Amino acid sequence: MTSGVTPSQTAGPYVAIGLEWPDGPHVVDEAAADAIWLRGRVLDGEGQPIDDGYVETWQADREGRYPHPDDPRGAASGFRGFGRVRLNDDGQWAVRTIKPGASPSGDGRWQAPHVAVAVLARGLLQRVVTRLYFPDESEANASDPVLARLAPDERERLVAQREPEGYRLDLHLQGPRATIFFDF
Amino acid sequence: MNRSLEIPTYRPVGSVHPPLDHPPYRSTSTRRPDRLDAMPQTTTEVTGPLLGEGRVGSQDHDLTAQHPGEPLGERIIVHGRVLEDDGRPVRNTLVEVWQANSAGRYRHDRDRHPAPLDPNFTGVGRCLTDDEGRYRFITVRPGAYPWGNHGNAWRPAHIHFSLFGRAFTQRLITQMYFPGDPLFWQDPIFNSVRDPDARNRMISSFDLSETVPEWALAFRFDIVLRGRATTPFEDDHDDEEDT
Repeated sequence: MTSGVTPSQTAGPYVAIGLEWPDGPHVVDEAAADAIWLRGRVLDGEGQPIDDGYVETWQADREGRYPHPDDPRGAASGFRGFGRVRLNDDGQWAVRTIKPGASPSGDGRWQAPHVAVAVLARGLLQRVVTRLYFPDESEANASDPVLARLAPDERERLVAQREPEGYRLDLHLQGPRATIFFDF
Repeated sequence: MNRSLEIPTYRPVGSVHPPLDHPPYRSTSTRRPDRLDAMPQTTTEVTGPLLGEGRVGSQDHDLTAQHPGEPLGERIIVHGRVLEDDGRPVRNTLVEVWQANSAGRYRHDRDRHPAPLDPNFTGVGRCLTDDEGRYRFITVRPGAYPWGNHGNAWRPAHIHFSLFGRAFTQRLITQMYFPGDPLFWQDPIFNSVRDPDARNRMISSFDLSETVPEWALAFRFDIVLRGRATTPFEDDHDDEEDT
């Protein structure tokens, strides 16, 4: 099959020149009473931090609605839904956001609360995308159609850990604990 | 199935994109995921951030006007359209670019290429597409630069592009190249795209019609994002709010 789509290329080592936004990590501002921090590290196959890339996040609001007209329940308003953060020297990322609600999958089922997490970096010829799920949603996670695709130990690698200000999920690009990334 | 909760889907793109596993580009070896799980698109993937004017300043499209003086190098216009694969324009979408200066040096701490920085050039631009999907930047032609990938490795001159489209499925990071570059054959990033037609779509074309006499050459680069298979609420997209 041929399509006229423009191919992807790596973001390269100097992506920070182009994608830096002062408010990038702030999906919500500090006035949000229920703001949380999602944090983690991104590591390569040798356990070394990815220190020259970006993480981008995309999520629904508290009611599980996306700020987009194709949300089947109508667009959420007043919510950016998108986070962008440069990985630091230790491969750390952090975005201030809210915990999303459950959302329709689009095929009649419901998805557990989750945040899509993309990594853009040198050495990645396409951005790679995974999901962060929440440890306090075990019932919803058990019926989530995307998690259901995975083996139990693979599922666990997408479930964040609770910490005082929010949740933490490390992403391993390769190796025995490799994060599952998705193609869609 | 609850029909009222249906979503559009985005068409597959076949073998357009480069494989993550591409050994000639050495940085892929410890970073590429071993496999991707092919999942159906859900609401999460067919929606995406719709980022508007609040993201773009009045001079952000002109990379030659961000400092007191003009940057050195060959002034150029880079323009084109952002389209879906059926030719429909992607309107009001954010286009971000970054690039090396005319000497092939990035304004970045880790760029050690012994070529001069230009105090009048940062190398970052942003704009929004118009109702026809058009964008336009004024910049200088970036230089080629060496990198350590293999012996005497040089990147062809390029400008990095970041696009959102209107859905998470459409997000694209790519690079625009210049026609006739003698460095293409030895560049593993350019050649990571296996399909020669697809590879050529990353090369801009010289555009005399937009070249401004006595001022600047123009290059045209159209960017095509994967398209929607169904468009149930097409007319709803015309008046999106900034976020």
